[in-house]
Amino acid sequence: MDEAMSEVLLSLKHISKNFGEGDVLSDVSLDVRKGEFVTLLGASGCGKTTTLRIVSGLETPDTGEVILNGKDMTDLPPESRPVNTVFQSYALFPHMNVEKNVAYGLKVRKMDKAAQAARVKEMLELVQMSEYAKRMPAQLSGGQRQRIAIARALAPQPQLLLLDEPLGALDLQLRRQMQVELKRLQQALGITFIYITHDQEEAINMSDRIAVMKDGKFEQLGTPEEIYDRPKTRYVAQFIGRSTILEGRVRCVSGSTAVIENENGLFTADSTEASLRAGETCEVCVRTERMRASKTPVEGFNIPATVREARYAGGSVLTYVNLKDGTEVVAEGVERMCDAAQPGDTVYMHWNPAQAAVIGGASHGA
Amino acid sequence: MASRRRKKRKVFSPVYLTLVLIILYLPILMVVIYSFNSGRTIGAWQGFTTNWYTRLFNNALMADALKNSLILAGLSAGFAGVIGTLGAIGLAHGHIRGGNVIESLATLPMMIPELVLGMAYLAVFTAVGFKLGMTALVLTHTTFCVPYVFINVKSRLVGMDPAIEEAARDLGASPMRVLRDITLPLIMPAVVSGMMLAVAMSIDDVVISFFVTSAETTTLPLKVYTGLRSGGTPEINALSTLMLGAIFIVVGLSQLLRARSDKKLYASK
Repeated sequence: MDEAMSEVLLSLKHISKNFGEGDVLSDVSLDVRKGEFVTLLGASGCGKTTTLRIVSGLETPDTGEVILNGKDMTDLPPESRPVNTVFQSYALFPHMNVEKNVAYGLKVRKMDKAAQAARVKEMLELVQMSEYAKRMPAQLSGGQRQRIAIARALAPQPQLLLLDEPLGALDLQLRRQMQVELKRLQQALGITFIYITHDQEEAINMSDRIAVMKDGKFEQLGTPEEIYDRPKTRYVAQFIGRSTILEGRVRCVSGSTAVIENENGLFTADSTEASLRAGETCEVCVRTERMRASKTPVEGFNIPATVREARYAGGSVLTYVNLKDGTEVVAEGVERMCDAAQPGDTVYMHWNPAQAAVIGGASHGA
Repeated sequence: MASRRRKKRKVFSPVYLTLVLIILYLPILMVVIYSFNSGRTIGAWQGFTTNWYTRLFNNALMADALKNSLILAGLSAGFAGVIGTLGAIGLAHGHIRGGNVIESLATLPMMIPELVLGMAYLAVFTAVGFKLGMTALVLTHTTFCVPYVFINVKSRLVGMDPAIEEAARDLGASPMRVLRDITLPLIMPAVVSGMMLAVAMSIDDVVISFFVTSAETTTLPLKVYTGLRSGGTPEINALSTLMLGAIFIVVGLSQLLRARSDKKLYASK
């Protein structure tokens, strides 16, 4: 990470917000660096939109501070903050044409007419909507409105762009295309993005860092890789990707791996993040695409299972098995159906120990 | 069996509709038709004439009443437009405690019997020694016109995506600027249609006007009323026909305006 990237642009310090029915946000802190793409990820009602509205000034926190470029903005109204928002509903002004929508932020800041026109032209080119300048919002498709909303928010050159589920209303194909475009735009302009989504795939594809939110708190803040490979809580492990979570007791630890056992057998996992001691209980998260089913036992593992079904899933075969205690597990890996195990066969579950992490350390003292 | 029942309903419903329309509109239609009757009595057709209209237009007293009615309707709809709009915006945005109560109170005058309202106004004006006449008329008409604007504007505001105004704030507009650039232009069709309804209400009011007017200021509906008491003439039929036409046009325009702008607003969502 270079110097420019490490400079902090926005700091949220101990933000709490209560709308009278319990805390919507409780003690949230976040540092966003210049040029960074940070995603707030969570199910609806987790407080991600409220966080964004506190940054834009549309909501004031009960406690805590919002610092932008070292200046306290907590009590500044939204119109005085160098921050713009792309709203989930796009919120285009229905009585103004595309051009006037995009120019609005420049007009209220009293930019001179010629400069306004030039900037609007530039923005419309950026989002490839130049030929729609005179259209009214009602005459545009969802994807086109989306582009105008982005152009309008970018026009005043905000230091920080906030995007509240901007792709939420688009169909899957358009969504994928816009993901790529948005990311490219962000990198080309070097603007800092705070992005909200409930789509974990979108978050992983686009973000530099992801904050997984639950009940008004950050469950985990980290790079997509950290979130995916080393989930800190059971919630994160289950929310991101498909996985199996195995509980067990540590038998022994050697270097960065721990040998763990439970009633289903014995297995090995990465314990770099968790300082485990023998005898402690812990949870291990194994991603479905890393779970393997072998016809012969593998060293470090002894989890026999009975095959229920093998199903071709395009490119790989999903093997559905039951462990000794009945737990249902899915394994991926075999490429052809003819190599797959037959229902009723006994297979041995295993994985690369470095790719299966102990969740959030051990329950010390348990 | 099912198709027969459907057929029955098909026959029944136009018959039913026609009956309702006849009951509703036949008396009105009679007035309109007999305003062109050359005889003096309703019920005895004696040939077509526009004579009554000519006499109406040449009647100086009528012209005076018309002038009064128009001034009254214009001023009260104007004041009601301002008060109703500001009230609706304030209630929709202010997060005021007890907003529902205020809203009910604001629309209550529509439900209170006009007779009661008229008496109440008269009592108050007399008690404080307020001179009856045009000013009193404008004051009272404004109060009963406010709800029409208020309800119209309020429903428009409720149907609006709050993010539209937030987006303007977010882009750097002060609250006053948002009101001017975004809120007012978006609710204007509702304001205008509400004011048109207010004009329609004011221009045909008899009961309340009757209480607070003075001998010198008479309005068209009062003229019709007093005219009928002294027997009723085809001239009054002609006047009623004209008022009817005016109100149909105003209310129609108001509905059209609302429908068209609603379509525009919702299409953009």
